[in-house]
Amino acid sequence: MAKFKRKIVQVLTAIITNGYLPGFIKGDIYRGNLKRFCVPGLNCYSCPGALGSCPIGSLQAVIGSAKYQISFYVLGTIAFIGTLLGRFVCGWLCPFGLIQELLHKIPSKKVRISSKNPAKYSKYLILLVFVIILPMFVVNVLGMGDPFFCKYICPAGTLEAGIPLVIMNPSLRQAIGFIFSWKVFLLILTIIASVFIARPFCRFICPLGAIYGLFNPISLYKLEVSSEKCIKCNKCTKTCPISIETYKTPNSPECVRCGKCIGACPTQAICSSFGFKEKEERPKEIEIN
Amino acid sequence: MWMKKGLRWILLIASIGSILIGVYREEVLTVLVKAINICLECVGIG
Repeated sequence: MAKFKRKIVQVLTAIITNGYLPGFIKGDIYRGNLKRFCVPGLNCYSCPGALGSCPIGSLQAVIGSAKYQISFYVLGTIAFIGTLLGRFVCGWLCPFGLIQELLHKIPSKKVRISSKNPAKYSKYLILLVFVIILPMFVVNVLGMGDPFFCKYICPAGTLEAGIPLVIMNPSLRQAIGFIFSWKVFLLILTIIASVFIARPFCRFICPLGAIYGLFNPISLYKLEVSSEKCIKCNKCTKTCPISIETYKTPNSPECVRCGKCIGACPTQAICSSFGFKEKEERPKEIEIN
Repeated sequence: MWMKKGLRWILLIASIGSILIGVYREEVLTVLVKAINICLECVGIG
């Protein structure tokens, strides 16, 4: 039931954040005031249906502009959402996360990669280099930097914006070149990887997931494990698509809050909560014979 | 536990403050201008 509920929320969020239907018909984008606001997940603002702005695209746009070096507005928005929800956004509110999950449902041999694999740190490197350093320092004569992550890496932009716009807009179709081919190649790679590995983009590439992950240990939405109930059977780790040892690190930066561990726990030791209050653990009574 | 609670309050207040500073600095206009024009870099053309 919880799994079904999450899918409904994921689909609804994808529809609501990409609800500008005329864009898909005309091959154009929404140009209204709602685009002042960032959506919580990674959702390209050049998607024909997008009603809001992508936080990572916006961050690069402000950092790369001639007027500003840093974006208080976008970083504040990400920090606010992160403090409230952490990576709950990745598991419940991100359209590209949903796409990867649907691809992973295609029957095939699945490859499990441990949550301790050092490749998880690559997303922090991408955040630092492609989202912050390059747009800040590699600038043209006007002092403007490119959004390097969007330009050279983001497969969400290719899928949500590049392909639909190129199909529907003849003038854009005439302008495509090497970068478009490169981005389509990365998208195909991401699609193939998603069939075999659970959420590869979220785990190894996504700079937004990297930021939200830092908030997981302190966000108001959290997982709690009762040490009284936990029998350390490791079922949570085996059920977790990202192989997190939930009973040891319930608020790991890698956890996307899919909640599968909650349903899998045979003793109901894992629960989620939202708020400032922490569950108080009673110290275990020591039996003295 | 109290430290965590305090940190959450600090982050919430700081993030709201940061958003307000951004609005005051008119960063929102930069976001809007970028978002209402087709981002050629995102598409893979720019």
